[in-house]
Amino acid sequence: MGRRQDTVPAQDDRGPEGLSRRAVLGIAGGGLAAAGLAGAAGFGAGRVTTPEPSLVAERRTYPFTGAHQAGIVTPAQDRMYLAAFDLTTTSREEVIGLLRTWTTMAARLTQGLSAGPYGFAGGPYDAPPDDTGEAADLPVAGLTITVGFGRSLFVGADGSTDRFGLAGRLPAALVALPHFSGDDLDPARSEGDLLVQACTDDAQVAVHAIRNLSRAAFGTARIRWTQLGYGRTSSTSTAQTTPRNLFGFKDGTANLKAEETDALDEHVWVQPQDAAETTGTDSTWMVGGSYVAGRRIRMTIETWDRTSLREQEAVIGRDKAEGAPLSGGTEHSEPDFSLAGRGGIPLIDPSSHVRLAHPSSHGGARMLRRGYTFTDGNDALGRLDAGLYFLAYVRDPRTGFIPVQTALANDDLLSEYLVHTGSVLAAVPPGVPDGALAADGSLLDPSVHLGAGLFS
Amino acid sequence: MVPARPALARPADPRTSRPGRGLAALGLAGLLGATGCVANEPDGAAALSVDSSATACTVSSPEAPSGTITFSVTNTGSEVTEFYLLADDRLRVVSEVENIGPGLTRDLVVQVPAGTYWTACKPGMVGEGIQSEFTVTDSGEAVGATGAVAEQLAEAEASYVAYVKDQVSSLVAGTQAFADAYASGDDDTARSLYAATRVHWERVEPVAESFGDLDPLLDAREADLADGEEWSGWHYVEKDLWPPAAEANGGVEYHALTSDERTAAAADLVAYTDRLSEAVTDESFTFAAFQISNGAKELLDEVATGKITGEEEIWSHTDLWDVAANVDGASVALGVLREVATARDPELVAELDARFEALGALLAQHGSYEEGFTPYDELSTAEVTDLAAAVDAVGEPLSRLTATITSAA
Repeated sequence: MGRRQDTVPAQDDRGPEGLSRRAVLGIAGGGLAAAGLAGAAGFGAGRVTTPEPSLVAERRTYPFTGAHQAGIVTPAQDRMYLAAFDLTTTSREEVIGLLRTWTTMAARLTQGLSAGPYGFAGGPYDAPPDDTGEAADLPVAGLTITVGFGRSLFVGADGSTDRFGLAGRLPAALVALPHFSGDDLDPARSEGDLLVQACTDDAQVAVHAIRNLSRAAFGTARIRWTQLGYGRTSSTSTAQTTPRNLFGFKDGTANLKAEETDALDEHVWVQPQDAAETTGTDSTWMVGGSYVAGRRIRMTIETWDRTSLREQEAVIGRDKAEGAPLSGGTEHSEPDFSLAGRGGIPLIDPSSHVRLAHPSSHGGARMLRRGYTFTDGNDALGRLDAGLYFLAYVRDPRTGFIPVQTALANDDLLSEYLVHTGSVLAAVPPGVPDGALAADGSLLDPSVHLGAGLFS
Repeated sequence: MVPARPALARPADPRTSRPGRGLAALGLAGLLGATGCVANEPDGAAALSVDSSATACTVSSPEAPSGTITFSVTNTGSEVTEFYLLADDRLRVVSEVENIGPGLTRDLVVQVPAGTYWTACKPGMVGEGIQSEFTVTDSGEAVGATGAVAEQLAEAEASYVAYVKDQVSSLVAGTQAFADAYASGDDDTARSLYAATRVHWERVEPVAESFGDLDPLLDAREADLADGEEWSGWHYVEKDLWPPAAEANGGVEYHALTSDERTAAAADLVAYTDRLSEAVTDESFTFAAFQISNGAKELLDEVATGKITGEEEIWSHTDLWDVAANVDGASVALGVLREVATARDPELVAELDARFEALGALLAQHGSYEEGFTPYDELSTAEVTDLAAAVDAVGEPLSRLTATITSAA
């Protein structure tokens, strides 16, 4: 039985199997005792915090509600579908309405429910189904949906147009990113008013989520660009192994991990004192949130593949086999940038990626990387349009991202093999508080939804 | 420059192209070997492991058949180590791999004729190392003669340095004429000299890149610059000579440089080119064999990533001149290394010759230095695709040239 068939009909309180909604909720809320209902794990919208160990991994769910949005420190899933939306409405109320709808839909989808109450094969026979159905028989696969706000939601490119009365709420940290050396950005793959990150271990489940959210947005917002990522390039938990990127190297070894709670407060989550900054705008609504920087980084993999192993390792600063720094040790050994080889030349090149990206090169700044490998077909010359969709969550991009990217763009040996073709920066508000949603994802209080603080 | 090359003051990769540092400090032998091939050679060649600890240098076998031998060297000590294959006199270095950090493994792949040798690990990179005798038995496989290679490489390097000096000398003269025409407002003359002068630059660009800051100062494209960085060099002037319409300029109207700005831009161009000339005519200037072969590969990379896409000469559309010049430079590099490469891998050289010829013939369909080349924006998609395929056809085997050179011990 597919998880979507567990869907709860709203009108008659009867599920397709004749179970009453309350009965379903009772079982799910009671800790998933019934294996057959395992697909509904986390049904209680945030109250089930730990998947049952007996559940197969792909049925894993993560709570939608909480102090922070899911999909940030959540152990990086294998697939990502990222979508940026532009608002087509000029009505502030409609924007809020969309966020309410999305909150409910995201809560449902992440807990294994259909997008709408009828599901993909139910409801009025003369109406289109309220769920598109392609994920109906698939496990939820750890789906998380994370929503952020782009700078253009607050102010126009001219810095003054204020479509929704939000200019006074623009966080100082949500800057317009500068042009970095070598940028070749496609505006059609950059920016956006709203950013939605759907991550899961099954690409079709992620696409299903974005598809249904975009369907709900027609008339209010339209997709500006989307990006499918098919392989995680970072580990965000100590329980995960470090994956390899398309260059064949382990990437993100030194990433911030979910287990480093103090470091997350220092480097990822917006703190109360950040909002107290005297910038003339009120950004207290961002406390508990984070900022996400996204960069579509095309790799010139054909020339990389013609590069000697000597140069590849020198460029990265790690050995290709194990990911150990060239100064020695194993993957997680701290690089020793002063250790010199023959002729007194450092074993790790000062312009290598590992050296320039290292926190010690940036006053200790760290980021939580959550990137994905992508391949979007090929270009007209028969080369793969492939690379890394870089995603990093930081507490303040002005200190946590821009200086790092500036240094990498200017000096990193690796940048010879990279072209940045898309860019986005978004403010990711805190999560919807636990207990704010009914079990079917509906809002218990219409003023409590994703991003509500921004509009209060 | 390739797209996305970092703009200012980016140091060259010391492993690929920095001259001056290389041979004097490291010794030629230090750069030979360590070619990074995998151990499982297809023809049943020997694969040995070496455990280099603080006190021992344990080779998995004291002998191996002649031919390609792979030593997979693991540093189990706590200091940086090196591994050498020494000749019978325990002095001459047949091949070596250096800079192995603690815990790391690196391969040494080397062609070895039958004879008596010595292996040596050098933990801490000091002393004579921990040596053991090593016997290479006669497998019957032909292994290239040794001894003459070092002389042949020295000849190749001298020959290539002479080529570089000749090209830079032409570049200096051409740049002066171009700068004079541009500064005086004679745009037609400047435009007619632009691509033909840059040919001398493009032929030896990896050498210019090896001097770190000169390449971005002379050849940065606008997109290479970070916000607030100053722009100088050929493409700064190119834009002024072929001013873009607003829609091709990010929606912003292009403002022609003032007379003073022109004078300064022309003077910069001349001054930076003079600096390049000083650098390559300095008696300490050398360009090692592995740098020549890597440089050839880089020239084809440049073509593949920047020129064949029309990004290099975005306003003048003279990209095909650059392509032809880059290919010239790579072809010359192969030429000076031909003798050594042929002795080691005649099939590779034959393949490269055939593919260079095909690429040259394709380019000739679009013009010549004398007659001029078709502007990039007048090429059809099919023509660009064909050129790109011919470029990739050269680039792939060319990427194997360095290992061929460095394994010819």
